[in-house]
Amino acid sequence: MSDSPQSDASPAIELINVNRRFLSPEGKSFATLNEFNISVARGEFVALVGPTGCGKSTTLNLITGLGKPSSGEVRVMGQPVNGIDPRIGFVFQADALFPWRTVIDNVVAGPLFRGKSKADAYAAARDWLKRVGLDKFEQHFPHQLSGGMRKRVALAQTFINGPEILLMDEPFSALDAQTRVLMHEELLKLWSTTKAAVVFVTHDLEEAIALADKVYVLTARPATVKAVHTIDIPRPRVLADLRYQPNFIEISKRIWQDLREEVQFGADASEAA
Amino acid sequence: MSNIAIGNGGAIVYAPGTSDAEIEAAAVAAALRHRRLVITWRLVILAVLLGTWEVFARTGIIDSFFYSYPSAIAARLYELITEGTDEAPLWYHLYITMEEALIGFLFGSVFGVLFGVALGRNKMASDVLSVYIKVLNAIPRVVLAPIFILLFGFGLWSKVALSFVMVFFVVFSNAFQGVREADRAMIANAQILGASKWALTRDVIIPSAMSWIFASLHISFGFAIVGAIVGEFIGSRYGIGFIIQTARGVHDTAEMYAAIVIIVVVVLGAEWIMTRIEERLARWRPPALNDSNG
Repeated sequence: MSDSPQSDASPAIELINVNRRFLSPEGKSFATLNEFNISVARGEFVALVGPTGCGKSTTLNLITGLGKPSSGEVRVMGQPVNGIDPRIGFVFQADALFPWRTVIDNVVAGPLFRGKSKADAYAAARDWLKRVGLDKFEQHFPHQLSGGMRKRVALAQTFINGPEILLMDEPFSALDAQTRVLMHEELLKLWSTTKAAVVFVTHDLEEAIALADKVYVLTARPATVKAVHTIDIPRPRVLADLRYQPNFIEISKRIWQDLREEVQFGADASEAA
Repeated sequence: MSNIAIGNGGAIVYAPGTSDAEIEAAAVAAALRHRRLVITWRLVILAVLLGTWEVFARTGIIDSFFYSYPSAIAARLYELITEGTDEAPLWYHLYITMEEALIGFLFGSVFGVLFGVALGRNKMASDVLSVYIKVLNAIPRVVLAPIFILLFGFGLWSKVALSFVMVFFVVFSNAFQGVREADRAMIANAQILGASKWALTRDVIIPSAMSWIFASLHISFGFAIVGAIVGEFIGSRYGIGFIIQTARGVHDTAEMYAAIVIIVVVVLGAEWIMTRIEERLARWRPPALNDSNG
């Protein structure tokens, strides 16, 4: 069944028994992923939480095709990953905007790279800037915007390509707490109109619970899936007071039990190193 | 006005109730005072230096035969400008030197950028060729001058060749470094957004290497002039280097210094133009903060 392309039954993303090893400059190899299994359904919002440096970002690199597994299989929409899939969008932790381009020229980058006409690209970019509330800042340069505004540009830059798979690598970790909550609302609003499958990497447990349908807890290095928690908070979610509700706190406590041991273990390991 | 500021030991503290307009006016006035003070000091230093030189040379403390003196240099400069040399007017000499330097600079920087970007983007090629580049770079450029004179003759092209090699390696290594320093996340972002290899180079790699390249252009314009003038020393019929060389032949030190003044003015002018161009191209960069106390 697996070879019929685009069969709707196939999950958006599958990692099957994936191992990933890195070579240190001295020629020693380190495992970052160990027998890693994860499956993300189409339209599903998945969060990966785990101790710092456990290999969460490596997972995303494998899905984009920028990195390759040492063994095991990575599938996107039922097909093995081979190069960068155009259906994928990626929001980075660091500022990955092009600083020498204005806001709108940053947003049109994707469509123009993909061969759209200039007129179409700019029309779409104006539309997306309006959706993220930055239509008045078209001609600004990134350095003239706040951190939150730059993230909005990054979201518009990614969403304009209509990704069916959205990968996010601690995208809001550099923002202050208030801005972060606003960005969560923004993200869920945009996501609800596209229904892309999302893999959201974070070390912030509350962030993971507030956003995701499923939270994967990863072990310390080498990372493997420790537990999967389904978050049964109905959508649309009101994020502003979500974290004070009893079931949210209940879920947090449950997942924290799993996560705490790994964080402790990861911290001990990095101190020993 | 004077009673607005309380403390004056370093940071300025304003008295309570001072309005924003007053603070701004005080800051503007302070900045202006600072600027005037800087310019005054610069002029003072210039006057002291030139004055000492003049007095020392006239009283015989230093030998004016070797060191000349400012007023003689100024007079000689005036003569050069109005009458030129026996061979040609000054402007023609200047034109020849600038032609050599500019052609060498142009080709040197274009090829430097092309090779730097190409090698920066191709790990295999850079690993293989790096050893040769190191060897070539170890050759002091000016030793090539006699060879170029033999190869290309006494005319324009021997000096262009020398300017070229002076410029090429500086621009090359900066362009190479700039490409290597391009931000990883930004590159990955462009790739995922759909950039082809060529689009990535053109739209991400080169723009992000641009500040490195510009830094090298600033330095290497001076080098281009060095190349042209050294070439003229070895063999030429016109040019600023030729003026200095013939002046040396007749022990006219004032003329040698006058020629140096001319070339300094030219390089400063080129520097100014390049800074303006860079400012235009780098509009996207955050402006340096204006420290009103600085």
